[in-house]
Amino acid sequence: MNSLSQISAITMMNLHNLPARIGSSLVIVVGIAGVVAVLVAILSMAKGFEATLQGSGSPDRAIVLRGGSTSEMASSLSSQQTNLISTKPGILNTDKGLLAAKETYVIADIRKRANNSPANMPMRGVDQNSFEIREEVEIVEGRNIEFGRFELIAGIKAADQFQGIDLGSELNIRGAAWKVVGLFEAGGGIYESEVWVDNVVLRQNLKRGGGSNSLFVKLESPADFDVFEQALQDDPQLETNVLRESTYYAAQSVSTTAMITNFGYAVGIIMAIGAIFAALNTMYSAVSARSVEIATLRALGFGQVPIVISVMVEALALAMIGGLIGATLAYLLFNGYTASTWGGTFSQVSFDFAVTPELLTRGITWSCLLGLIGGLFPSITAARQPITVALRGM
Amino acid sequence: MSDTLIEVSNVSKIYQRGKMDVPVLESLNLTVDQGDFLALMGPSGSGKTTLLNLIGGLDVPTSGSIRIGSENIDQLSQGQLATWRSRNVGFVFQFYNLLPVLTASKNVELPLLLTGLSGKERKKRAQAALSVVGLEDRANHRPAELSGGQEQRVAIARAIVSDPELLVCDEPTGDLDRTTADEILELIQLLNKDYGKTVLMVTHDPKAADHASHSLHLDKGRLIEAQPA
Repeated sequence: MNSLSQISAITMMNLHNLPARIGSSLVIVVGIAGVVAVLVAILSMAKGFEATLQGSGSPDRAIVLRGGSTSEMASSLSSQQTNLISTKPGILNTDKGLLAAKETYVIADIRKRANNSPANMPMRGVDQNSFEIREEVEIVEGRNIEFGRFELIAGIKAADQFQGIDLGSELNIRGAAWKVVGLFEAGGGIYESEVWVDNVVLRQNLKRGGGSNSLFVKLESPADFDVFEQALQDDPQLETNVLRESTYYAAQSVSTTAMITNFGYAVGIIMAIGAIFAALNTMYSAVSARSVEIATLRALGFGQVPIVISVMVEALALAMIGGLIGATLAYLLFNGYTASTWGGTFSQVSFDFAVTPELLTRGITWSCLLGLIGGLFPSITAARQPITVALRGM
Repeated sequence: MSDTLIEVSNVSKIYQRGKMDVPVLESLNLTVDQGDFLALMGPSGSGKTTLLNLIGGLDVPTSGSIRIGSENIDQLSQGQLATWRSRNVGFVFQFYNLLPVLTASKNVELPLLLTGLSGKERKKRAQAALSVVGLEDRANHRPAELSGGQEQRVAIARAIVSDPELLVCDEPTGDLDRTTADEILELIQLLNKDYGKTVLMVTHDPKAADHASHSLHLDKGRLIEAQPA
């Protein structure tokens, strides 16, 4: 009770004093707001990238690659192999037959709309089952491709990012003119960064013959993955690497997400060190300006611990205000902002920054830590200064 | 015969400036009776404020002992000393040392925050202390809205609000004009005579010392004479 009264009295005094020290107090607020805004913004980039890739996968879909391959680009399956794989148990059988799709994945040179810089656009050769397997794919403008023709549909993010992807226009890719006939959405996932064409036409154009890079299958249920995987392993004619689609894309996101996250923390830590020095400077000034007041309170009988705590509460309050401003700025400026970067296959992946509640909490937690560190040493100095010295205003 | 309230025995105080020892008080002995009003005089650097700080528990002696009432305060820890000060000593400073963001009433209430009194009771006692110093109508004014004399009255109200036995006044009129200084000194005299407070006052001003019942002179850390006022 006694200590609480003391802490409350001194803290109120400190906080009432703030308007008189608005300039120096803003140093803490602005410094920490900057740290939190940058940290949350960079981490939201990693979070958005991760969400895009992980959101692309479904546990009841599997991707089959050549044995030893970890990405579609590095994989190749013959028609004989894909036909054999398509007969394995676990694949969903509908009135349209077994849901397996032979797909080819290549990258195409193109330029970005934003700055005319060169980019690698992911181009996927699909077959009719590709649309049955990926129920989230929906044509939102124009129409679907007619198989057997040089037609192309583009994910909305690809259309947004790359030059020349306009309905009705023709894109010259690898010596062929592809007509853009439609735009599609895919639940916000990675497929929205791709353009899709007929797999057969694409392979003919690339002179790759039959076959594909990968075989996508829809399973009867997520639990049937084990059955399917076992069947492939048991077949001596096949040497494949089979993954759940969700696992495949999660693995694709790991290195890039880790790189962005590490970069975010590195930048955050460097800025935080600057902010801590600013906070220390401000709090030392604040404590110095009130050294006589603090000494008077101690002369009256107020303890050292309440003084330490009250100074830290002030630093914490300023830091939290900075943290809230920084987090709010990051949310307003970056949440939903679309950017693109290289994915796991050196192709351009478009994604939205995701300023999640978890990131906001993390940013505000950082601000509190910075405030506590910035307030700790000045508060100890304030409490330990000899009363008789401080009363003289020295 | 009066009871002794303050007993300073063989007290020395040495400050350290870098590697140098600077003696301020040397083997000083002093007794003050309960109810006394003692003025400590002497030139700057004579050690009078240091002695006042030691008796008020703001500092600790390098050697020797200080007994106030039944408490040997040189034996107390910093925390115990803070508690002791809050219960037994009222401080009046030359520059009042009021907290500028608080009203007169809230400034006076400050020492009561260290007690278990309710907010209502604290306010009542603060109001009573302000009436003793004649400022009950200025309770809601902030220090910047008061004259120097009024500020010192608020500081005196703060010093007496928890009813300590001992008032320690460091140049209480040093920042005031003659007329106001006399009013403050009369108030301190009143607290001594009518309220039974033992008063220790450091001053350079012989006229201020005239209000005390005794004066002691210090020079170079030693008591050099004692004379009745």
